[in-house]
Amino acid sequence: MYLATTDAVATAKDKKKGEGDNATKGRGRQGRGRVTGPVLALGAVSLVTDISSEMVAAILPLYFVLGLGLSPLAFGFLDGLYNGATAFVRLLGGYAADRGGRHKLVAGSGYLLSALSRLGLLLAGGATAGIGAAIAADRLGKGVRTAPRDALISLSSPPDGLGRAFGVHRAMDTTGALLGPLAAFALLWVTADAYDAVFVVSFCFGLFGVLLLVAFVPGRGALPAAPAAARASRPRKALTLLRVPAFRRVCAAAALLGAATVGDAFLYLLLQRRLDFAESWFPLLPLGTAAVYLLLAVPVGRLADRVGRRGPFLAGHGALLAAYVLLLLPTGGRTLLVGVLLALGVFYAATDGVLMALATPCLPEGRRASGMAVLQTGQALSRLLAAAGFGAAWTLWGIGAALTCAALALTVALAGGAALLRSTEVTSEKAPPLEEPHAPPEGTP
Amino acid sequence: MTLTPPEASTRLRVVSVVAAAALLAAVAVTYTVRAVHRAEPIASSSEFALDPGHLYFRSTQAGAGRVARLPASGTGPRTPNGPSCERFYAAGGTALCLLRRPGIPPKSYAVVLDERLREKRRVALTGIPNRARVSASGRMLSWTMFTTGDSYAGGSSSFSTRTSILDTRTGYLVKNMEEIPLTLEGRRYHSPDVNYWGVTFARDDNRFYATVSTKGKTYLVQGDMRKWTARALRENVECPSLSPDNTRIAFKKRVRGGTKNPWRLYVLDLRTLREHPLAERHSVDDQAAWLDDDTLAYALPGREGRKQDIWTVRADGTGTPKLRVPGASSPAQVR
Repeated sequence: MYLATTDAVATAKDKKKGEGDNATKGRGRQGRGRVTGPVLALGAVSLVTDISSEMVAAILPLYFVLGLGLSPLAFGFLDGLYNGATAFVRLLGGYAADRGGRHKLVAGSGYLLSALSRLGLLLAGGATAGIGAAIAADRLGKGVRTAPRDALISLSSPPDGLGRAFGVHRAMDTTGALLGPLAAFALLWVTADAYDAVFVVSFCFGLFGVLLLVAFVPGRGALPAAPAAARASRPRKALTLLRVPAFRRVCAAAALLGAATVGDAFLYLLLQRRLDFAESWFPLLPLGTAAVYLLLAVPVGRLADRVGRRGPFLAGHGALLAAYVLLLLPTGGRTLLVGVLLALGVFYAATDGVLMALATPCLPEGRRASGMAVLQTGQALSRLLAAAGFGAAWTLWGIGAALTCAALALTVALAGGAALLRSTEVTSEKAPPLEEPHAPPEGTP
Repeated sequence: MTLTPPEASTRLRVVSVVAAAALLAAVAVTYTVRAVHRAEPIASSSEFALDPGHLYFRSTQAGAGRVARLPASGTGPRTPNGPSCERFYAAGGTALCLLRRPGIPPKSYAVVLDERLREKRRVALTGIPNRARVSASGRMLSWTMFTTGDSYAGGSSSFSTRTSILDTRTGYLVKNMEEIPLTLEGRRYHSPDVNYWGVTFARDDNRFYATVSTKGKTYLVQGDMRKWTARALRENVECPSLSPDNTRIAFKKRVRGGTKNPWRLYVLDLRTLREHPLAERHSVDDQAAWLDDDTLAYALPGREGRKQDIWTVRADGTGTPKLRVPGASSPAQVR
């Protein structure tokens, strides 16, 4: 049973950490009191992996154009080439993880593939094809591992501690993303632009992440998902999860709100135009957002566990709306800069991990990775659409009108999201559904 | 369910991971230390000045990253140890050096150098140095930086450029020329996705040519510095370079889609508006430099493991390309 197995896993994890004396007592208190070992392990894996990948991402354009003397155009092409492919790979990763409960194996292969891609960059030398293959391998690894990893977090956490567990994971993940570029620039500094040193160090970090995963993240035997595995027999079945009404509503809300999310790059660009600050500051803007995200991820996650995940999720999009409005208002100077970065940070802290926590109770354990993959893919695709639409609106009508449109669209999406999610939370909080509550007939033995 | 592994196993795992971490750290540190040892020092001083009759370039082999020079006639001995630059150009007693200084984040600068290659002015920039030009008189400077991450077009073109113009006589600096009023197909054109690059100034230090890209197309524009306007002349022209006699423009023309060998060097006659391809059949991704009214120099990916080589070709489309300086980029002939 759902509750029983979750409880058993939580207990097992706690014992494993050697501090499980009171683990059998009150699940609720325990869920809020502490984050389980696997979640911390996954957080550490993500932290180390993000250092590894952001190191490379930060210097790749430099390496391409100055290190190799290749055309910026070719870089833009290579960089954009694989964005579409990751959506499909993500679905496959989720499906493969659910089949036989091989979350650890699938996520681990993803991490390993990304780590090995650094060696690919090193060995490719100046060959564009080799670099392209390495970038593709990295994206492939990232696509494959995301859903199984999030499923592992959800499977390793008590239902009322999900927000906090995802918050802790995202905070660790973002820490890595902040440290990566700093490490890379420091390395280029001391080595006078030895890009190969960055690749080697990045590879070491990546491999260390894989080792952490192998050693400290529980495998198939320790997860409750294994028994249900046989049911997820075909990849397209992942989409039949959309027949679960609660999950369908979460997906619809995420996609709807995603379609009104224009993307940070636009907002930073607008900020820069409005403020006209020194251009050398421009690369630091995302760091400001990440810092806010990092600080708020855990508190907001805890809040979500206490008051329900729907409120923070919607409020996070409210913060995004506030950022749009701030950019539309005649405010300037420091208020605008701090306000927008703060709002964006709150947006991420209150929506990214919280969405996974919101969706978890709607998904049967045996198909959680597939479900999360569907949800993340839907959100990513709708955001892509939003960015394209916003770019077009900007070109056609100018920036003020485009931003007004985005603000209106987000307001409508917020109302729609609130309506869609109203009933979801009730079911998830009061009565977690049994496995496959509305499973299609052919899905049950 | 008994899922708890024995304590010893936990300890074993911790010990193995710590050991592996130590090993990986050792690899990372060793490699980094070796990289530090083979690093070339960065220099801002120069062991030579801007003297007429020399071909200046950025060396990518011995003394990598620093400017060096050769006598304009023949090969002669190579004089190394100029200033460190990522991109270099010189004319009329002024040199322009685009450089990066490491840091967190790294900083880029455009440095104006006088005829003794000493620093006169420094402008802080964002992005990756891409193109640099000095007008024949040495008065007008322009450069292009390439930036990532701030593209709003989405999709496959995730790069943008920032082109600046500096008037060294008045000190007037246009940091980003993309706000210049542009006329395209007879009408005033507005679009947030315009990107300019590859500026080249005429002898009057007022008229200039550049490339503008918008909606996936590139155009040759003619600009007027005093009036601050630009007008698109024709499509599919990138990185224009005006000949010393101001009658022709050398440029790279996109002859294939995608990223495999997309460009070929062409010369456009400004009086007849006729263009012809040059004898170089390799794809050239550079703003070509005129050595004299008949000869163009440009960088190509290097042979035999070198990063880049400078080649020359005749401007009238005849002859065959010649390897001029192995292991070099950014050619500039000082007359």
